[in-house]
Amino acid sequence: MSETVKVPTMAEYMAEGKKPEVLFWVGCAGSFDDRAKKITKAFVKLLHNAKVDFAVLGTEESCTGDPAKRAGNEFLFQMQAVTNVEVMNAYEIKKVVTACPHCFNTLKNEYPALGGDYEVMHHTQFLKSLLDEGRLTVTGGKFKGKRITFHDPCYLGRANNVYEAPRDLLKKLEVELIEMKRCKKNGLCCGAGGAQMFKEPEPGNKDVNIERTEDALETKPDIIAAGCPFCNTMMTDGVKSKEKEDSIEVLDVAELIANAQDL
Amino acid sequence: MQYIPNILFVIVLVAGIGYFTKNIRKVIRNIRLGKDVDRSDNKGERFKNMAMIALGQSKMVRRPVAGILHIVVYLGFIIINIEVLEIIIDGIFGTHRIFAFLGGFYDFLIASFEILALLVFVGVVLFWTRRNVIKLKRFWNPEMKGWPKNDGNLILYFEMVLMTLFLVMNAADLQLQELGADHYIKAGAYPVSQFISPLFNGMSEGSLFLLERSAWWLHILGILVFLNYLYFSKHLHILLAFPNTYYGDLKPKGELDNLEAVTNEVKLMMDPSADPFAAPAEDQEEGEPEKFGASDVMDLNWAQLLNAYTCTECGRCTSECPANQTGKKLSPRKIMMDTRDRLKEVGDNIDKNGSFVEDGKQLLNDYITPEELWACTSCNACVEACPVSISPLSIIIDMRRYLVMEESAAPTDLNNMMSNIENNGAPWPFNQMDRLNWSNE
Repeated sequence: MSETVKVPTMAEYMAEGKKPEVLFWVGCAGSFDDRAKKITKAFVKLLHNAKVDFAVLGTEESCTGDPAKRAGNEFLFQMQAVTNVEVMNAYEIKKVVTACPHCFNTLKNEYPALGGDYEVMHHTQFLKSLLDEGRLTVTGGKFKGKRITFHDPCYLGRANNVYEAPRDLLKKLEVELIEMKRCKKNGLCCGAGGAQMFKEPEPGNKDVNIERTEDALETKPDIIAAGCPFCNTMMTDGVKSKEKEDSIEVLDVAELIANAQDL
Repeated sequence: MQYIPNILFVIVLVAGIGYFTKNIRKVIRNIRLGKDVDRSDNKGERFKNMAMIALGQSKMVRRPVAGILHIVVYLGFIIINIEVLEIIIDGIFGTHRIFAFLGGFYDFLIASFEILALLVFVGVVLFWTRRNVIKLKRFWNPEMKGWPKNDGNLILYFEMVLMTLFLVMNAADLQLQELGADHYIKAGAYPVSQFISPLFNGMSEGSLFLLERSAWWLHILGILVFLNYLYFSKHLHILLAFPNTYYGDLKPKGELDNLEAVTNEVKLMMDPSADPFAAPAEDQEEGEPEKFGASDVMDLNWAQLLNAYTCTECGRCTSECPANQTGKKLSPRKIMMDTRDRLKEVGDNIDKNGSFVEDGKQLLNDYITPEELWACTSCNACVEACPVSISPLSIIIDMRRYLVMEESAAPTDLNNMMSNIENNGAPWPFNQMDRLNWSNE
């Protein structure tokens, strides 16, 4: 995609003496995970299309420390936080957008007390604001009329009470948005939070992502929409284990909007 | 001689309230064993939360059947207490139905108490049915065996007996009023007990008097016993729900506190001019280095300990927990029950020895196992589900902190994840220098 979309870094902006409108915090999954990289690219295309003046930290970005903190390693978390805050404050960053609800929650809620005070938005909130400002158009395209169910990421929904931004965007796709039995405040976790993504589950009789995938399958969806790279992985694995990967796609809200426009 | 009942009543009342007060002071002392946490901010919002969540039962009705039944019992409990006031005054002064001078309003009051008493009785029977006949899953989890199960049922039996005694007392009173018995002035309206009253037709005035007095005494004694039962029971929530919702965490649910002790150390590490070997400043006390995280109840903060005493073991948290639903050992309700049990044990230890004497036990391992703690996804479903603003999650995180920072006892997978973050700034072993590679792929 390098030939079509250039991704500027904060260092480049600084060298030119400019400041971007917003910092895109890519996150570890968005940078390294093959599936999540597609979400990153889709979001970057949307930013370009909406002519958003943005930059990334690139190699100066480091894990927010979220999984370390949730695993109980407050030391490592604060080391990461202090380092990141130092970098961001040096660039005088005011506004941050990220496609990962875990980064979103940590940057928004846990960095201010450590000296990092920024306006932090989840990418669905940011895209919604672009839509409201008339900078972004969302059309149904190939998704028009499809049955879509949205899985609420815990760290976006319950943790930060953001339920409507992703739904508002999905509705603009002219799709049939069907809610799962457990949604919004009552949404069931995908099983990845609290550092579970990085370990084997404790003994039990089922994996959490299977339980959640069953919730989603009950709505007989064509597409399961997600707003978190980890939920995306968990739901994709769930759909595979139900052998439904040929008929049901798991896509991020940003991917849906970008793909609808064939970006 | 004629004052014997009055004297007896005052003795019983003082003893009942006295013993209750003594135990409540223990509860307060035990809660204060916790670390300090500032919850003195945003008084307006806190009052609003208490009014909505505790007084207004706003989160109870998320589950409509249990919610509405609970409101009936709760309203009944509060309103019928006005009657208890009359009973206490009558008991002390040897009067009978002292509020009867209110006339029509008194009739209205007694009539509403009776209707509420009947509704409470029906509500409690339905609660009992849900627990014991329908056997709702959340009342049959492993942590509900033994005392917790019996405690739940005992409370319901208490309430059934108290309501029955109240109605029998009124029914006998009605008969005595109709017989024109001395002392039994015609007062009150009895929409429920008028149907019980015919059962006592034909009884002599003497037996009716005995029946009415027995019901009256048993009712007030029952109330005093129930009051004192609270301290030993999960039913303490009828009082503590109020402070607990007031002192609840107001931060966004996703926000965990940043440990201040860690912040200080991190600042020292990051500060190039700091001398790590410097002697502590003169005015600085050289105490024990602060313990990170929690392995016992004294390491938790007082709000978490108040949470534990407030929990009424309804199990909504556990029934919403993704780990519990998929068969893992973790049950957020058990986290709260264990915390309370251990706190009670520590409190008893202090009562016995004057101050806490090491007993070779702690909350971690002896009550809560690492397996339970590591099963949590930190999804906040338990926190959202709790009708009285309890956070089992905050205790889980504090205990994980102890496991990781004091004992280095994280599961291997997590240790790998953490060393990756330490070495290359990502939870996976990818080089930080490759972080932007995606843009060229």
